[in-house]
Amino acid sequence: MPLYENVFIARQDITSSQAEALAETFSEIVVKSGGTVSKKEAWGLRNLAYRVKKNRKGHYTLLNIDGPPAAISEMERNMRIHDDVLRFLTIRVDELEEGPSPILKGRDERPARGGRPPRHEESRPAAKPATPVKAEADPAEADPAEAAPAEAAPAEAATTEAADKGEES
Amino acid sequence: MSEQGQRRPFFRRRKTCPFTGSNAPKIDYKDVRMLQRFISERGKIVPSRITAVSTKKQRELSKAIKRARHLALLPFVIK
Repeated sequence: MPLYENVFIARQDITSSQAEALAETFSEIVVKSGGTVSKKEAWGLRNLAYRVKKNRKGHYTLLNIDGPPAAISEMERNMRIHDDVLRFLTIRVDELEEGPSPILKGRDERPARGGRPPRHEESRPAAKPATPVKAEADPAEADPAEAAPAEAAPAEAATTEAADKGEES
Repeated sequence: MSEQGQRRPFFRRRKTCPFTGSNAPKIDYKDVRMLQRFISERGKIVPSRITAVSTKKQRELSKAIKRARHLALLPFVIK
């Protein structure tokens, strides 16, 4: 059976337990039509990026569904009817994600920044000055040995750029 | 090192796609923080010629941004 990811936004005026109950009713609909809900994730009351039906906030819920298309259409039909649901999005995915989604990860602790991958033969100072700044974005984690060349690089790049301009004129 | 830059004054190092290679981030409409790096101050999708995202990944990325907009995770326009 195909796998689906569904996110729906519930009205801000309902309580979080009501939002949970809402997720329960929708997953029951899926189960009744022969599907299973492998994960239910409440993202809590989040600010909306813009107003939706006069709401500024909404309860977000994510459902991971494994079920027949008929179950999805039935669930979506119910979501459309339900007054408390502002919006929903169902997409078919190749595989369902395990563990918490990035939205929850970002709130608890910042995901480890990869910085930039080690450069190989291209490590010349003609690099664009914008790129080393990004690597510096998290100075707390970067150890001083790493931070020093990162700081040196923009200055070097600036000098080469100045040289470029000199030749240009 | 510096004379190399002088020999070829207009050489720009080719940037590589941020979504290609090992431990590249996955494009996901739920990852708002990652998507925010690819939208402008006005909320528009930044063209790939600036961000160096490959054509294939840019298609995926724009789809993800549009999904996030639909769910009010990202704004359509910042005024």
